[in-house]
Amino acid sequence: MDAILLQILNGLDKGSAYALIALGLTLIFGTLGVVNFAHGALFMIGAFCSVTVQRILTLSFETVDESQKDFLGNPLKVKTPYVESWFGPETGAAIIDWSVPIAILFAIPVMLAVGYIMERGLIKHFYKRPHADQILVTFGLAIVLQEVVKYFYGANPIPTGAPDVFKGSFDFGVMLGFEANAIIYPYWRLVYFGFAALIIGGVFSFLQFTTFGMVVRAGMADRETVGLLGINIDRRFTIMFGIAAAVAGLAGVMYAPINSPNYHMGMDFLVLSFVVVVVGGMGSLPGAVLAGFLLGILESFASMNEVKSLIPGIDQIIIYLVAILILLTRPRGLMGRKGVMEE
Amino acid sequence: MFGLDKKDTTMLLVVAIMALFAPFILNPFPADSAMAQFNAGYPDLMQRFVIFGIFAIGFNILFGLTGYLSFGHAAFLGVGSYSAVWMFKLLSMNVIPAILLSVVMAGLFALLIGFVSLRRSGIYFSILTLAFAQMSFNLAYSVLTPITNGETGLQLTLNDPRVLGVSQTADGSIPVTSLFGLEMRSTYEMHLGPWLFQFNAGYYLSALIMLASFYLAIRIFRSPFGMMLRAVKSNQQRMNYTGLNTRPYTLAAFVISGMYAGLAGGLMASMDPLAGAERMQWTASGEVVLMTILGGAGTLIGPVVGAGFIKYFENIFSKINDNVLHQWFAFMPDGLEDAMVFIVHPFIGKGWHLTLGILFMLVVIFLPGGLVEGGQKIAAWVRKKRNKGSDDTTTKTEPAE
Repeated sequence: MDAILLQILNGLDKGSAYALIALGLTLIFGTLGVVNFAHGALFMIGAFCSVTVQRILTLSFETVDESQKDFLGNPLKVKTPYVESWFGPETGAAIIDWSVPIAILFAIPVMLAVGYIMERGLIKHFYKRPHADQILVTFGLAIVLQEVVKYFYGANPIPTGAPDVFKGSFDFGVMLGFEANAIIYPYWRLVYFGFAALIIGGVFSFLQFTTFGMVVRAGMADRETVGLLGINIDRRFTIMFGIAAAVAGLAGVMYAPINSPNYHMGMDFLVLSFVVVVVGGMGSLPGAVLAGFLLGILESFASMNEVKSLIPGIDQIIIYLVAILILLTRPRGLMGRKGVMEE
Repeated sequence: MFGLDKKDTTMLLVVAIMALFAPFILNPFPADSAMAQFNAGYPDLMQRFVIFGIFAIGFNILFGLTGYLSFGHAAFLGVGSYSAVWMFKLLSMNVIPAILLSVVMAGLFALLIGFVSLRRSGIYFSILTLAFAQMSFNLAYSVLTPITNGETGLQLTLNDPRVLGVSQTADGSIPVTSLFGLEMRSTYEMHLGPWLFQFNAGYYLSALIMLASFYLAIRIFRSPFGMMLRAVKSNQQRMNYTGLNTRPYTLAAFVISGMYAGLAGGLMASMDPLAGAERMQWTASGEVVLMTILGGAGTLIGPVVGAGFIKYFENIFSKINDNVLHQWFAFMPDGLEDAMVFIVHPFIGKGWHLTLGILFMLVVIFLPGGLVEGGQKIAAWVRKKRNKGSDDTTTKTEPAE
């Protein structure tokens, strides 16, 4: 029982990332009908927003400290980050420590802008072109974004720490009445799951309870009619593209402490999140979220030793296997609408 | 000639001449001149030109004719490579059985994957092939280690059986791949003044096979079968409504292009007998997509052009460094020189992929027909300019074949 619970928990953080990326992909596909292969790159840019904020916050100046000497007797050079000298050492250190959550504030406008520019500058011209062209051009864009990031940040993963409060793990099992050390779970993963739930809830309530969201939903159902009613639906869809980019970016920002950002992390996630979208159903938002968590949890179950000894290698292929099965038996996915991209 | 019309014969002949004289054509600069780094006429690179040419020609038979965009073709290349290396390990170092087995194995594998994937079209097909290829890649990396040797990659060893050959040569080293005794790595070097030309046995074998597969591709393009595939591309639904089952045709195209990929993989292993799982990764599949689109999907010559283009620039561009740039811009005033080097720097050397990505996007946006279409447009424009004085009839561009 505790083993099962542990696997479910383990699946949640990866599942959250899948769900967030897939949600963004589905938003774009559902509104604009564009297959965005550059979405993984947006996730990656988000992760590098954390890195950037951390770098900015730790910008330091050097002073010569006469009281400390190194082993040769020369006065020691001490680096002091600007924030520490401005806000005092304690507040400054706390700000640096919390750089990843602070990066969220930085990432939202950046990602909205990136999404907006991407849609207006490039994707707009591809609405009328076949899906293959959309895949190809966004694939090219993904390569470009990836290489630009590689140029500025190098090819190696950059460790980006979570705040000290959330470092370490806690014993989840004791809380639920199991033995000690049965279920150990890192705090940050729990934070990530909570954050993902918050974002997903936010996006859904935005679509469900605001007038803007209502218009967007109407546009997803029948774009032409909404346009004929005198509503500028294109403009709203552009904003939705920005929001989708922001969702992917935020998923990346918070993922940085779990997995040190490197320039090809986007591509790694992209393939899987496409599979997630397909399993959930092309164009279905709840489907994307459900499938994201489901596949994340399935993956962690498949990596249990008991399962692996039964079917070797299953942990590597389970997601693809599920996708193939779903596509062949129920092409519209778990929750896809009938007739949407079914052929 | 060979059942081709005049235009196709010319094209085949041009490609043949280019391939046979490649050691000359690709080495225009004397060996010790400053421009020598732009020479591409060394065996390793020339082999890659033709092998990836084969890969792209095969991919084009599927994508160019039927419009099915496969993102998993590298899997077949990998299967081909593994089968060839196994043949070298078990049977003999002769390349013929190795290449045959790699084509057959890739064909069978393509039959299996195609049978499942072709039930869907459009983006679903792309994702299915992607999923299958990633699956094979992951399996090759982990569970199939006894067959694929996992991360290290499959290599020849001294105690392989090699039933029809020798486990090790007289001096105790691993034997090299050969064609009935003609070693693939043997190279004849011709010194002609300051020039150095290299004629490599492996390259010529690959080039001959490439010409054969190019010829086959022309025949497929001009056959009723090719016409059927084009019909599938333009409107599959209508084909189905007329009571025709299109799946056998698309499946045949898929298997043929898988066999081409297997052939390329087998040749790759014949030139350098090792195979690694990274050949199956989806970025490798993406590369062949890039080649085909860049050159011109659906055209005969496009994929070859694209493969040559990408492989050339991958090797040459990535070798240019800041020193070379400083030499180039040396004629400018110092400040301007540094500025130019600074601007160009991100696009060369390790930044070659950035250039490739930008170029690829530009091609997809402005030239859906690829470089071939670009060439045709320029040719038409020149012709129009020349004719302007005599008569004003606009010359019609040849449709991309």
